[in-house]
Amino acid sequence: MSSPESSPYSDTDAAPHGKARATEWPLWEIFIRGQHGLSHRHVGSLHAADAEGAIKNARDVYTRRNEGVSIWAVPASAIAASSPEEKGALYEPANDKVYRHPTFFDIPDEVGAM
Amino acid sequence: MYAQMIKSTGEGVKSLDDMEPEERAFQERINAGGKIEPKDWMPEGYRKNLIRQIGQHAHSEIVGQLPEGNWITRAPTLERKAILLAKVQDEAGHGLYLYCAAETLGVTRDQMTRDLLSGKMKYSSIFNYPTLTWADMGAVGWLVDGAAIMNQVPLQRTSYGPYARAMVRICKEESFHQRQGFDIMMKMAKGTEAQRKMAQDALNRFWYPSLMMFGPSDAESVHSAQSMAWKIKMNSNDELRQKFVDQTAPQAEYLGLTVPDENLKFNEETGHYEFSEPDWDEFFDVLKGNGPCNTERLEARNRAWDEGRWVREGLLAHAEKKRKTAIAAE
Ligand SMILES: [Fe+2]
Ligand SMILES: [Fe+2]
Ligand SMILES: [Fe+2]
Repeated sequence: MSSPESSPYSDTDAAPHGKARATEWPLWEIFIRGQHGLSHRHVGSLHAADAEGAIKNARDVYTRRNEGVSIWAVPASAIAASSPEEKGALYEPANDKVYRHPTFFDIPDEVGAM
Repeated sequence: MYAQMIKSTGEGVKSLDDMEPEERAFQERINAGGKIEPKDWMPEGYRKNLIRQIGQHAHSEIVGQLPEGNWITRAPTLERKAILLAKVQDEAGHGLYLYCAAETLGVTRDQMTRDLLSGKMKYSSIFNYPTLTWADMGAVGWLVDGAAIMNQVPLQRTSYGPYARAMVRICKEESFHQRQGFDIMMKMAKGTEAQRKMAQDALNRFWYPSLMMFGPSDAESVHSAQSMAWKIKMNSNDELRQKFVDQTAPQAEYLGLTVPDENLKFNEETGHYEFSEPDWDEFFDVLKGNGPCNTERLEARNRAWDEGRWVREGLLAHAEKKRKTAIAAE
């Protein structure tokens, strides 16, 4: 999941900053630092109107299972990072939804691997 | 599968000797298990084929939210409701990862969306079937997500880097989907007589549409041969269908439910189940737009797109205004 900005297809409709993109929300690259990670890692991309929206969307899309404690959203050349104060509010909802993990469900041994 | 009946160049697979140096280097990299990244040279057919396949896969994740979304407000307990909500939210994420992967190939998400809304691009046939009872939430998770996993696990090794990485993320999340479905089926199958009947009815209705997800036999297809040479398709449709039946039949037995196929039986010699083919006329008819819910699904997606327009435009205008005030303040 890397940005179309790096696409070699500059002559297609979807060329960076091309006409086809004019009505679209800009694309952001998302970097996440995990709980025990030393640095932010690129996890994917998403569309958002602005940096704030990009971080909110990244929280919903890329950290539903506690994958990270910090988010960077990077448009073309600028970098936006989530502020540390947001940590509680951003991750609380994920903490109490343990059923998102397959181990929450007891599947009897006889059923085999699932 | 989530991407069905994808057409490639329609020509036979070229031999390495018949290729220009660029294409030969590309194919040799794939043969050696290497990844193709957005900046790398690639044949136009590979690029177009991938846009169709990944786009159709993404559309399936998005449209696939509708049959399950149908039951969120009517889930039997608060816990079940929260679980289903989380599952459907995951599917939105899957759609997004895949659109992003397709976008690296030189197509915009808006263009893909427009092609879905106009009916030009397809989504999986399975989502044109209705979800009539709560047991259908069990059957969908168990069978539909189960069938999707069969196809998605090998695609983690697909040749296109962004697609493979999206698949890795998706596969991590899918296991929860299938297990929550099976968990619902266990509850229903071991519940009251009425619940058991509901579970059986859900299995009856979803069994053949699930087998159709893999698509008709493609042993002879030139399109599939090319896709397999490019490693954007890893197994034949029949191979995956067989794997699915082999895995699912004993699970149905465990539940005490009957697979609606009198020809289903385990063959000791081959170590595989024998089973009846689904009705392929029905499959083609559903793809053509004549399934029970095609109209409803496309209407729902069109409505969401039209009614969300003011939000998309409003937020863009707001961001632009904020940007201008920030510049003015400097
Ligand atoms: Fe999914
Ligand atoms: Fe799915
Ligand atoms: Fe799923």
